[in-house]
Amino acid sequence: MLLITCPHCGPRAELEFSYGGEAHIARPVDPTGLDDEAWATFLYKRSNPKGVHAERWRHLHGCGRFFNVLRDTISDTIVTTYPAGESRPEMTSDGKENVR
Amino acid sequence: MQNYSAFSLFKQALGGHAGWQRQWRSPEPKAEYDVIIVGAGGHGLATAHYLAKEHGITNVAVVEKGWLGGGNTGRNTTIIRSNYLFDESAALYEHALKLWEGLSQDLNYNVMYSPRGVLMLAHNIHDVQSFKRHVHANRLNGIDNEWLSAEECKEFCPPLNIGAMRYPILGGALQRRGGTARHDAVAWGYARAADARGVDIIENCEVTGIRRGVNGAVEGVETSRGFIRAKKVGVSAAGHTSVIMSMAGVRLPLESYPLQALVSEPVKPAFPCVVMSNTIHAYISQSDKGEMVIGAGTDAYTSYSQRGALHIASHTLDAICELVPMFRRLRMLRNWGGIVDVTPDRSPIIAKTPVPGLYVNCGWGTGGFKATPGSGNVFAWTIARDEPHKINAPFTIERFRDGILIDEAAAAAVAH
Ligand SMILES: Cc1cc2nc3c(=O)[nH]c(=O)nc-3n(C[C@H](O)[C@H](O)[C@H](O)COP(=O)(O)OP(=O)(O)OC[C@H]3O[C@@H](n4cnc5c(N)ncnc54)[C@H](O)[C@@H]3O)c2cc1C
Ligand SMILES: [Zn+2]
Repeated sequence: MLLITCPHCGPRAELEFSYGGEAHIARPVDPTGLDDEAWATFLYKRSNPKGVHAERWRHLHGCGRFFNVLRDTISDTIVTTYPAGESRPEMTSDGKENVR
Repeated sequence: MQNYSAFSLFKQALGGHAGWQRQWRSPEPKAEYDVIIVGAGGHGLATAHYLAKEHGITNVAVVEKGWLGGGNTGRNTTIIRSNYLFDESAALYEHALKLWEGLSQDLNYNVMYSPRGVLMLAHNIHDVQSFKRHVHANRLNGIDNEWLSAEECKEFCPPLNIGAMRYPILGGALQRRGGTARHDAVAWGYARAADARGVDIIENCEVTGIRRGVNGAVEGVETSRGFIRAKKVGVSAAGHTSVIMSMAGVRLPLESYPLQALVSEPVKPAFPCVVMSNTIHAYISQSDKGEMVIGAGTDAYTSYSQRGALHIASHTLDAICELVPMFRRLRMLRNWGGIVDVTPDRSPIIAKTPVPGLYVNCGWGTGGFKATPGSGNVFAWTIARDEPHKINAPFTIERFRDGILIDEAAAAAVAH
């Protein structure tokens, strides 16, 4: 079970959260302008990395808010969490978060 | 290849079982092959076997980063059935089921295919309607599947609790030809048969890159044991497909999730069939060793960690204890996880890719063991002829662009 730090409430057990898939996938501003390939990419293609993954979680049984998590999919270690709307924190090459 | 029979067993017994040969060689990689298969799971080994047997292509290597059968092939709960909803899936899984029926003879290896019946339980009105629809659709496709009332379920599988509970059993869909097989034996049987026809199975050899020529076509694979040349490369790497395909710049609609299973202490024969409950995520059968083999649902998040969270396993055990109260005092011996590659429509991809010479067989998610013989069979065809067999023709990558999904996810309402 993961221990996830909600940016609003602090560290809580995974059971309080629901997973929301890959983060930072913005709905196209003008969907009718997309060709089928681009639309399929938006709908279906995910990065699925073996390594650090940016993903959305929702603190369902807490504050109810969505936020983002960087998690290493090899070890399931959570690198950092940050509020929705913020851009993805930059990482150094060893996977550690840059001190900002 | 040393033939296995009652007579050979008798003869070897007289010699104190000292005369058995190794089942496959452990060759050094050659500089070049006609075809390289990445991943020595059941699917990759079956592909090599059918390439050699049905297409006469024997200059084949199967490269495996660990040991053969150490991936999902050796980690699954071995449920075999073909009662899928859509015509395309029904054709694919039924092709596999027909091959299972003769597989031990074909391979001269006992894969312990046991058609003991797979009973899928319905717990709510939606399940009842959806399973009845499956039964009718299957019947139109000539595939056996029948509806049982709750009482008939209990008659077929006496340990079931059909009394009042949180998710009562309202009935079930039974495929009598469904059942289980011995997962390791499937990998070993295919490996031995392919090896006997000249296929090189190269273990401890991780693919780290895919080399492409100036025209974009595949030239071979970089591995931890050096570069191996081949004009055709078939990727059959289950949970790691995204990682390998990205080496060739191809992005697929896949996400990799942990899926867990558990086994109990062994007990006397007590459970006659396979019972599945998609709604409450419990899958159970008894192995020939006596253990209850129990499967869970996937974890919530993508991961390559080959384990999963304890609460997922205990959720499944909650369901098992309600469904089969007599198992409440069983002790669990082991649990583990495998990484499954899931597509948005929960149907596989068995296809050519945008890269000439590169083929992919993936997206089997939580349910590809049952398809092993059929999948390897049509993947071999696709590689040998550079065009799909009619059974796998619908299972392209482009279906996601063209909106021609084979939406077993919607049909089953959950992973299956
Ligand atoms: C817990 C669990 C329960 C399941 N239960 C069922 C079930 O009841 N019924 C059912 O039908 N299906 C079930 N499945 C799904 C089924 O196990 C898989 O769909 C199927 O086994 C996939 O077979 P495969 O040969 O494609 O993959 P695998 O057996 O995983 O083989 C892929 C191989 O590729 C290798 N590989 C990966 N990367 C590289 C690389 N870079 N270089 C070289 N080799 C590489 C891996 O080491 C692995 O051996 C279950 C899966 C799990 C995890
Ligand atoms: Zn919160």
